[in-house]
Amino acid sequence: MEHNSTGIPHGKLGMWIFLSSEIMLFGAFISAYIVLRMGSPNFGVPPEAIMGRPLATINTFVLITSSVTMVLALAAIQRDNTKQFAMFMVLTSLLGMTFLGIKGYEYHHKISEGLTISSGLFGSFYFTLTGLHALHMIGGLIFNAYVLINGLRGKFNSRHYERVEYAGLYWHFVDLVWVILFPVFYLI
Amino acid sequence: MSSSPEHHEPSFIRKYVFSLDHKTIGLQYMFTSLTFLLFGFGLMLLMRWQLAFPGKPIPIIGGLFGDTFAPGGIMLPEFYNQLGAMHGTIMVFLGVVPLGVGFYGNYFLPLQIGAGDMAFPRLNMMSYWIYFMGGVLMLSSFLMPGGAAQSGWTSYPPLSVIAPPGQTMWLISMTFIITSSLFGSINFIVTTVNMRAPGLNWMRLPVFVWAQFITAILLLFAFPVLQAGAILQLLDRVAGTSFYLPAGLVVSGTLLNRAGGGSALLYQHLFWFLAHPEVYVLILPAMGIVAEILATNTRKPLFGYKTIVRSIMFLGVLSFVVWAHHMFLSGMKTSLARIFMVTTMVISIPSVAILSCYVFSLWGASIRFRVPMLFALAFLPLFGIGGLTGLPLGFLPTDIYLHDTYYVIGHFHYVVVTGSLIALMGGIYHWFPKIFGRSMNEFWGKVHFWGTVVCMNGIFFPMFIQGLAGMQRRLYDPTVQAHNATTQILSPFQLLAAVSLLVFQFPFIINLFVSLFKGQKTVENPWEATTLEWACPSPPPHGNFLSLPQVNRGPYEYSVPGMKKDWSAQNE
Repeated sequence: MEHNSTGIPHGKLGMWIFLSSEIMLFGAFISAYIVLRMGSPNFGVPPEAIMGRPLATINTFVLITSSVTMVLALAAIQRDNTKQFAMFMVLTSLLGMTFLGIKGYEYHHKISEGLTISSGLFGSFYFTLTGLHALHMIGGLIFNAYVLINGLRGKFNSRHYERVEYAGLYWHFVDLVWVILFPVFYLI
Repeated sequence: MSSSPEHHEPSFIRKYVFSLDHKTIGLQYMFTSLTFLLFGFGLMLLMRWQLAFPGKPIPIIGGLFGDTFAPGGIMLPEFYNQLGAMHGTIMVFLGVVPLGVGFYGNYFLPLQIGAGDMAFPRLNMMSYWIYFMGGVLMLSSFLMPGGAAQSGWTSYPPLSVIAPPGQTMWLISMTFIITSSLFGSINFIVTTVNMRAPGLNWMRLPVFVWAQFITAILLLFAFPVLQAGAILQLLDRVAGTSFYLPAGLVVSGTLLNRAGGGSALLYQHLFWFLAHPEVYVLILPAMGIVAEILATNTRKPLFGYKTIVRSIMFLGVLSFVVWAHHMFLSGMKTSLARIFMVTTMVISIPSVAILSCYVFSLWGASIRFRVPMLFALAFLPLFGIGGLTGLPLGFLPTDIYLHDTYYVIGHFHYVVVTGSLIALMGGIYHWFPKIFGRSMNEFWGKVHFWGTVVCMNGIFFPMFIQGLAGMQRRLYDPTVQAHNATTQILSPFQLLAAVSLLVFQFPFIINLFVSLFKGQKTVENPWEATTLEWACPSPPPHGNFLSLPQVNRGPYEYSVPGMKKDWSAQNE
């Protein structure tokens, strides 16, 4: 007796609701950051040399590109092209891992320059927020791997591609968080 | 469906432990949260002893706590603080909310909307087990060196940041509870939006469903903010950050080696952004239950259904913009305090509207005074006292005097205990026949009711007097302040009421378990109620409804003129 009052699949609605809760989580962190950055007597924004704006810009492009490949993967499975779908999913995940790799290098650089999680408020917020974002990225990579494996097993086709879409929604959200974190930490 | 031939009996573990059925998960929530309520109440009894007879050894069980908590049976101040913090945390996060949302929502929301189960059964099971683990972690924190969390249920920094490791356990345990609540609220929202039976449009939903739906939205948006606050506090404790620590903080004569620059007030904002909507999470399910019991036992349509529904929505929205009235004494600008004062006054309007609709529902009714109805009737004046005593706390001038006194404790216990908890208890009597197909004993139900109501008032009413006389909350020994001597005489009386309250819970516990196995068998719809949960068999089988119900009318069509009987079920 599967009955649906709105016609929207449960999973899609659930994913959007989950993401709205995530917005509140990141929103609270970013608000806390803004409040202390504006109000704290010793916030201590580090010089540009430590922050490494060019590398972060490259990373932003890497992540945005991965969103594009995610969309292409969904479009491929909607056309029943499993091979292309798999290729774009692998590409998305590789770009995601590249992002995390560059992030890891950045962490290493900053820590060796003396900017750590306990060195001051900026460092604390930087490592907390980008760390939380990285954890979400890892979650997204696991979700992507799950979708890829099931896709290769032939579970998805032009009629059943919901989970690819959900993985995409989540991936785009994590991208969007970075698009906000990037200016917040590197540009202003 | 249960009647289909390919359906086979699941294993014991699948059926009772890791069940995917919303009804079993609901009952797991019920028994777990009732246990936590009893435990949290036990903590309070110890505190009441200390308040009544400060510095005297705890009788009978005093020797059990050992030298770390109560040497010679005399409670240490640190232990008193742990009891206070854990009482609040357990009652709110592990007791009342899991009972009101976890049990009632899980069990009756799908039934009342005519669904076979929740939208995500697996997520539902995970939600319960994560809550359970969070609860076990919370209890285990008593075994940490230095004992459990002792910075109050609010866990304000900087005190909570420099507190013993029990506080870290509190934060980790809260993360579990928040995750559980996130999964639960996603499930409730999707279920309500997507799984309503054909014909059950939004304005035909029972008030209970509306209350649960808005509650889920509040949990969804408010809890992540506390999660953020808790993560920052955890990092302050374990990673050496100083989000909440000002520079140059001196603890026990030594300078704390931190970068500093943080703000303790930031945590208060993050905490109360959750904790005010949490108040409505505590009360809305209770209001929903009371609406169902009232409509069934007054045998007439609920007065002002649309007003009630709109008021619930309005409460939900406004509950997000009143949080700083908990922080009037934090030194905030008066211009800011004024805004929160106005929003606080505005939020009392929908609450009063709901309560008024309930009272008007009684007008001209031929009331059936059954046990659940007694609880619902007691809810009305007692919640009224709780709500109205809140107004002086929302006004800045009066709050400056009343803040952090026993008046506040009296106020919110009238809301949560004689309000929410009374309604939640009444709901168990109301729906017991549906859950187990048997009814509870009426006589012992009435004994439980009268004893509980009288004793609760005996504990909480003196708090208003004590608070107005200036007695501060969280005091280990109130007699150290000379002005408390006049009201100290009330404390032994409150202890007596608290112990009696415990005694009067035994008829309930015994009644519950005896009726479970020996209670009189009942029919599908013993109360002649209209909503959909009464249309499925008692107890409801796996999959709930034998066929998909078709809804043709609103939720409370009682005593419709021209009908042969005085009720018309929604699916008739």
